[in-house]
Amino acid sequence: MMSGRLTDKKGRPAVVVTGMGIVTSLGWGKQENWVALKNGRCGIKSISRFPTDGLKTTIAGTIPNRPGHTPENYSACDLSLAIAEFAAAEAIEQAGIGGAGSFPGPLIVATPPSELEWPHLRRLYLANDDKQQTGYRGLRTAARSGEFANLARHVRFAAIADALQSRFGTLGEPLSVCTACASGSSTIQFAVEAIRRGEAEAAVCVGTDATVHREGLIRFSLLSALSTRNDPPQRASRPFSRSRDGFVIAEGAGALVLESYRHAAARGAEPLGVVLGAGEKADCYHRTRSQPDGAAIIGAITKALEDAAVDPEDIDHINAHGTSTPENDRMEYVSLRSVFGGRLSDIPITSNKSQIGHTLIAAGAVEAVIALLSLQNGIVPPTINYRDPDPEIPLDVVANTARKVSMRTVLSNSFGFGGQNVCLVFAAEPN
Amino acid sequence: MAEEPKEVWITGIGLATSLGDGVREHWEAMADVAAGPALEIERFEPYCVHRLIDINFSKQIPKKSDLRQMERWQRIGVYSAGLALNDAGIAGEPSLLALTHLVVAAGSGERDTAVDSQVLDALATRADTAVLAKEILPSALRPTLFLAQLSNLLAGNISIVHNVTASSRTFMGEEMAGISAVENAVRRVAAGQAELVLVGGALNAEREDLLLGYELGCNLWANSYRPVWQRLEAGSGFIPGSAGAFLVVEAREHAEARGAKSYARLKCVVSDRARRSKPGQIRESLDGMFDKVYRGHSPGPIAVLSGASGVAQASAEELAFLDGLDERHFTPVIRAYGSRLGHTVEAHFPLGIALAALALDRGGFYPPYDEGGEVEAPFPQAGALDRVLVTGVGHWRGEGLAVMERTSDGRA
Repeated sequence: MMSGRLTDKKGRPAVVVTGMGIVTSLGWGKQENWVALKNGRCGIKSISRFPTDGLKTTIAGTIPNRPGHTPENYSACDLSLAIAEFAAAEAIEQAGIGGAGSFPGPLIVATPPSELEWPHLRRLYLANDDKQQTGYRGLRTAARSGEFANLARHVRFAAIADALQSRFGTLGEPLSVCTACASGSSTIQFAVEAIRRGEAEAAVCVGTDATVHREGLIRFSLLSALSTRNDPPQRASRPFSRSRDGFVIAEGAGALVLESYRHAAARGAEPLGVVLGAGEKADCYHRTRSQPDGAAIIGAITKALEDAAVDPEDIDHINAHGTSTPENDRMEYVSLRSVFGGRLSDIPITSNKSQIGHTLIAAGAVEAVIALLSLQNGIVPPTINYRDPDPEIPLDVVANTARKVSMRTVLSNSFGFGGQNVCLVFAAEPN
Repeated sequence: MAEEPKEVWITGIGLATSLGDGVREHWEAMADVAAGPALEIERFEPYCVHRLIDINFSKQIPKKSDLRQMERWQRIGVYSAGLALNDAGIAGEPSLLALTHLVVAAGSGERDTAVDSQVLDALATRADTAVLAKEILPSALRPTLFLAQLSNLLAGNISIVHNVTASSRTFMGEEMAGISAVENAVRRVAAGQAELVLVGGALNAEREDLLLGYELGCNLWANSYRPVWQRLEAGSGFIPGSAGAFLVVEAREHAEARGAKSYARLKCVVSDRARRSKPGQIRESLDGMFDKVYRGHSPGPIAVLSGASGVAQASAEELAFLDGLDERHFTPVIRAYGSRLGHTVEAHFPLGIALAALALDRGGFYPPYDEGGEVEAPFPQAGALDRVLVTGVGHWRGEGLAVMERTSDGRA
């Protein structure tokens, strides 16, 4: 049992994590994921879900099959929901909180883009007999028939949160959040804020994204953001390496049950870790690039440390955003260096994206779960494929094999296209 | 929080809709019911939409390179956000902008519907799905267009164009997005977690892809124009409206310290989500929220700016809730502002708050918009307007209420 006070250094309710769940390309659940992460395995593979001819990138971190779940039969929306449900159920079960279908707090969901996919558009297209009605006019006529009402969930942004709320019986209006690749971290930040305001004693935070489809790949390819090193797929994502050439798109879901320490202690729940603080800073420089001096990323890290009431010296490990794009990894280094100075080279850092790819909207939640598992186990999963360190970004990367690290406090970074940056500070115990 | 909640003021409003550009134009246009709504009737036939007034976006988005990066919904949003910052006296003040938090309610960006149609036609003759990847999409999709499709890029563009950088959040989920956004802003200011927040949303209703999405659930009104309340038993459905609605929400102390005037006080925002599996659940949720927020308030007339959409179940249960306020000794005087401006989905709740703040500041209420109907009665002339209830009931999910009051130091 954790010792420590029920309030933090600033007199606010301390916020603890009492349940976690995760689904990635490495597997379903904490057990499968942790074993694979620890052993340096990679979940990235050649895409088999749809034909990839003509695509520059033909690899992704897709969710493996599991009894009862065959991802290739799902739409992006349905798979995002299926893995979110699995992760949330795992987290709530571990927390042992509430009753069946009744969770005593709000739900906050980082929700992926909702849109009709080509097979849906094609069904609508074929359903309209009046070929005088061209383009979207014809599609609308098909929609008007009411026969396609079950497709509406694909274009409703509240649909995933709504389905999760129905399943888990959370309180109030669920939040659906998008801060691009920082979204998962935002859900944790919003829950911490709500608990500190005294509005909630507990919350479920979920990040989910299963949008590996052809058009998604083409779009990111056009931004020159994806690795094209298709063979072998396991070697493509190589954060902090000189030869890194882009990120690998991936699917995943992470879920955390957050509680006020007071609430957890009162019901005898064992905290898995503490969320000491969160920091957020928006960039105003460019839609896909950070300010060259890293001001916004530095701002997010600094605000997170301030909010957590810890000094840079207190950080024992960094779970990096580390996308494996030339731009991100360099900017992340420059910003970390500015905050941590020379000590940066002594802080073990890793990027889970080398093993699981970039789970986009879900990344902050997925990697928060991994950061907390690292804290709990005293082991940092490796940054695999780290064979040609980029001399421009000298870091203590946990290279290729997992490392035992004595940790009390961990920083987790998430940065999004569109300039939204969120950093979180986790600890083993309240400070 | 143990501390007393901070008083939350609205110190800036930015509006761009089918009826006006800026606060003053809206006050006049919302009063002038003789001039009907501004509808686009032919382009999306059989559906009508409220089309955006002609706007020179470069007044708020001066750089051509910025404008080129944005689709119309983002332009509308960035433009109205700029109006709000200007109105609050924050625009061009770097020290204030760096402290201004941004909360945006957004849907998705726009698809290139011409490309979609081209692909669908090609697939009909070739039945070769790889045609997508190989031939059409790589040349037809533009990287900038993809960025415009990301929901959080409205917020991203506001940060870039107006330098709002303290933090940036985007909420999603149709009408719930707008309710969540305003609620998040108000709660953070009340709890001292933020002092200055720019919050709002935008909708471009003149979009083929958006209309298709709404119509999948058969949610659109597919006949000639009628006010909101007159659609419930005549087929049901909403008429989308193009709009940008942004508010500057500020802690009273902060506003007073910098000499900023208020439009109104935002007393509280509450929200919930009825399951809607049985009739009556929406009304029950609204009843429960009303009792919570109006406990201890003096009974009597209460001005209501209703965000009703015209989608039958949601709007009928809202009307039942409003009619039932009599039993609690409140006399609601209802205005469905969507009759005038269309249903603006993500932007609709912020829009209602903006119109309520404007009315509280001017001390008068809007005329009935329910021409030929029985729901909207004239406002009893008894002193200045001092309180407004804003309602938001999502066309398929979510409901919220905002309690707003007149402040003593109004701007007008």
